[in-house]
Amino acid sequence: MRQNTAASHPSFLMTNTPPPSSGAAPTDATTSHPGALAALAAAEVPATHPDRWAGELAALNTRLRDGETIFGWLEIDLSPALRFVPGLIVLTDRRLLARGADDTGPTNADGWSEWPLTADLSLVRHDHAGVGALTLYGASGMLTRWRYTLVCDLAAGRLIEQFDRRRTALASGRQPAPQEQSLCPLCDTVLQPGQDECPNCNREIHAPPSTWTLFRLWRFAHPYRGRLLMGFLLMLASTAATLVPPYLTMPLMDEVLIPFQNGAPIDTHKVYLLLGGLFAAALVAWSLGWAKTYILALVSERIGADLRTTTYQHLQTLSLEYFGGKRTGDLITRIGSESDRICVFLSLHLLDFATDVLMIAMTAAILISINPWLALVTLAPLPFIAWLIHVVRDKLRYGFEQIDRVWAEVTSVLADTIPGIRVVKAFAQEKREVERFRDANARNLAVNDRVNKIWSLFTPTVTLMTEIGLLIVWAFGIWQVSQNSITVGVLSAFLAYIGRFYTRLDSMSRIVSVTQKAAAGAKRIFDVLDHVSSVPETTNPVPLPQPFAGNISVRKVGFRYGNRTVLRDVDLDIHAGEMIGLVGHSGSGKSTLVNLICRFYDVSEGSIRIDGVDLRSLSVADYRRNIGLVLQEPFLFFGTIADNIAYGKPDASRAEIIAAARAAHAHEFILRLPHGYDSLVGERGQALSGGERQRISIARALLINPRILILDEATSSVDTETELEIQGALENLIRGRTTIAIAHRLSTLRRADRLVVLDRGRIVEEGPHDDLIAREGAYFRLYEAQTKQLEEQIAEAGWTITTERTPAAPR
Amino acid sequence: MSHLPSDIPFNLHRDALGQLVFTDRDGNQHAGVVPVRAFPITAPGASVSIVSVDGGELAWIEDPQTLDDSLRALIDEELASREFIPEIRRVKSVSSFATPSTWTLETDRGETCLVLRSEDDIRRLTPPALLIADAHGIHFLIRDRTALDAHSRKLLDRFL
Ligand SMILES: Nc1ncnc2c1ncn2[C@@H]1O[C@H](COP(=O)(O)OP(=O)(O)O)[C@@H](O)[C@H]1O
Ligand SMILES: [Mg+2]
Repeated sequence: MRQNTAASHPSFLMTNTPPPSSGAAPTDATTSHPGALAALAAAEVPATHPDRWAGELAALNTRLRDGETIFGWLEIDLSPALRFVPGLIVLTDRRLLARGADDTGPTNADGWSEWPLTADLSLVRHDHAGVGALTLYGASGMLTRWRYTLVCDLAAGRLIEQFDRRRTALASGRQPAPQEQSLCPLCDTVLQPGQDECPNCNREIHAPPSTWTLFRLWRFAHPYRGRLLMGFLLMLASTAATLVPPYLTMPLMDEVLIPFQNGAPIDTHKVYLLLGGLFAAALVAWSLGWAKTYILALVSERIGADLRTTTYQHLQTLSLEYFGGKRTGDLITRIGSESDRICVFLSLHLLDFATDVLMIAMTAAILISINPWLALVTLAPLPFIAWLIHVVRDKLRYGFEQIDRVWAEVTSVLADTIPGIRVVKAFAQEKREVERFRDANARNLAVNDRVNKIWSLFTPTVTLMTEIGLLIVWAFGIWQVSQNSITVGVLSAFLAYIGRFYTRLDSMSRIVSVTQKAAAGAKRIFDVLDHVSSVPETTNPVPLPQPFAGNISVRKVGFRYGNRTVLRDVDLDIHAGEMIGLVGHSGSGKSTLVNLICRFYDVSEGSIRIDGVDLRSLSVADYRRNIGLVLQEPFLFFGTIADNIAYGKPDASRAEIIAAARAAHAHEFILRLPHGYDSLVGERGQALSGGERQRISIARALLINPRILILDEATSSVDTETELEIQGALENLIRGRTTIAIAHRLSTLRRADRLVVLDRGRIVEEGPHDDLIAREGAYFRLYEAQTKQLEEQIAEAGWTITTERTPAAPR
Repeated sequence: MSHLPSDIPFNLHRDALGQLVFTDRDGNQHAGVVPVRAFPITAPGASVSIVSVDGGELAWIEDPQTLDDSLRALIDEELASREFIPEIRRVKSVSSFATPSTWTLETDRGETCLVLRSEDDIRRLTPPALLIADAHGIHFLIRDRTALDAHSRKLLDRFL
């Protein structure tokens, strides 16, 4: 029998199928073709295997009788009391079984709770604040409820679908087709042909970046490797040249000075030769040193510049979600000062350090070649100092990372309050803000103090080592000279060498702090670079359908900001050229839906198709080029009005810009400005009113001639009169385009072909204005509330409105 | 409606579907109401609001201690099954000091792991409390980080 093949894991799912020869007569419709049922089940079960439950699942499977087959399962991770307890729910073609987290319900002999599938069962999920709930209802009410964290949510959705299919099969006796093959096995995202990796599931990388972050800078150094190699060779040569002079002190001492002290005359020729050698070595060292520093500084500047640009470039590809969670000040620090710090590190500190290492290696070689014993004594403190450096490194790195974060906090306070200065002043909270800044600064001080405590001890200790090292060499050297095993010249050469040697060690120890600072900076930059956009660009984008019509179809879309579900099961078809009005209370998810259609965020569930192509398989930039977006708060960049209008199409001609401005009813007010289209706007520029800025942003959207137009409360922040004017502008904009308009004032949407009413993330009504009014549903209530409000306002103002025209008042 | 006296003119019961049903003083019934704490972190013991399915407030309870025991039990039970802010008791280990980092934790709701996407996901509440948002949207609370044991504090400090 095939009964014991459970070890290779998917097979345990099928072991239960009786062999065809057993001749067991099928008892009911669902098991009429056991083999077919098993094949169907194999297509349905989740692709991931619950490792933790493999044993239980296999045991359960061996106990199933009469061809009962497992169709799916769901691992859950919370108990009903919301404790972290794992559990498993299993769906077969006849039962729903559960164990682990939940022990309500009848438990059978094997420790499973079970519920036979009947037509009146239903399985429903909902979630709140990061906890999902899956409820099983029977005819008489709730049977049980399981809880899980949102990690399991998509799998829960899939289990519900499988559950519904099993129930259908049970009720109708016919097997519904399993889910389409082109779905991502993990999250149900529809995969495009040729796309075998799911963009949804691949987006999260939970592996930490390597600690050797600085080496990752090689990616940026690579293009300059030729120059780097040259710089390195120059460094070798120049370091060697600096080591010549101490070597020459040996013959100077032993062959000139000591013989002279012993009565011999000075050999002037030799003196000239030696002094000339000293001078030549100095000259060579100088010129080589200059060349190497220049070349390497040049390269490191370029690396720094590339790093900065690449980071900024990457930042631009990241989604709104990323920017939502970051503070502006922090990002500015990362791109600005961190990259600069890395640059200084490369051009100054790393260069010095490499020179030092070379010098130490060469010096050690020379010393050993002169006298191995004395060399040994001279080099003895080296390992100890190395150890000291190593110990301090860890403490300092952590300290410097902390300093960086605190520093970003200080900048954040600035970035928070300077743009909000009007609010600060209006509420007279200057003192509080100063206090906040002082706090951040105090934290900065505290962290710095802590680092400095270690750091200040470190440098003097290294100096002390140096002094002690010299002392040892003197003592050992004098003893050796007295034993006649070395000459005075050798001793003086050693002292000359290690004089440099130890001062280099001292400066080398500084590399610890700068390296740590640079590594912390590099880490923070690579944090940005490593961040995968949550709206990833597909590797092989499907070209935009040509001609691009602008049909939008939203299918079963669900969306969540973090753990807050904002949209659920949204289905919406928008045809090319149609104008849709999105209405609903504030917070009902209108802007969110529009954000999804613009692909500022990716849907959590379901899909959005544009002209039949999934949004996620289009190239983001190509797609967005066809969208005109007008927001409630128009943003103007610093620059001229013409630049701002041409923002989406920088090569637009002046005539085009003026045509767009005219269509947006902005032309005239622009001409009234002192510099016309050349007036500077944006931060530090000409102040414009809300309506004026809005019309510029409409002109901006008009100029790119988009197929899809999105107006998100475009007229909400302006007065009624300006709104009328903007309305005129919008009518030009809307003509012939797929338009989605969100408006608070329902009157704004009178031109819409169809209104879609959203309520708490669901579409509750859909249809033309008159139909919706006739239906007296949600839209009717919204509309009534608004008209009533308007009437009240009018009444309050002491006006009266009558339906007939009021006769002109007698003068 | 502001403060309600202890003889509160509303009633709650649980129906067969497992939902809470609210009956107001006129006998109107609202099914599927939920209790919501106004300050779940800073003042979990005080101020609960009963909110209807469509988000409207039905009753405001300044101090749940003044309620009948049976009512309070119902509310507490419902809150217990909805509120999910695990409180970190101990940080056992972290996979790395660079983010994203996986932390193994002991919480008041059992042992679990969290994935910290970046240090920015650790938010400072009124000191010494911290709120940590994990990659899956669960918020973990550290009520008093100075009260953690030395090992946890040391690990945590690396991220602050
Ligand atoms: N970036 C965000 N992060 C978290 N929640 C958000 C974000 N943007 C909007 N929300 C929430 O999502 C809900 C829907 O918001 P939104 O779509 O802007 O509503 P509308 O445009 O209909 O007024 C609101 O409850 C809002 O608080
Ligand atoms: Mg909005």
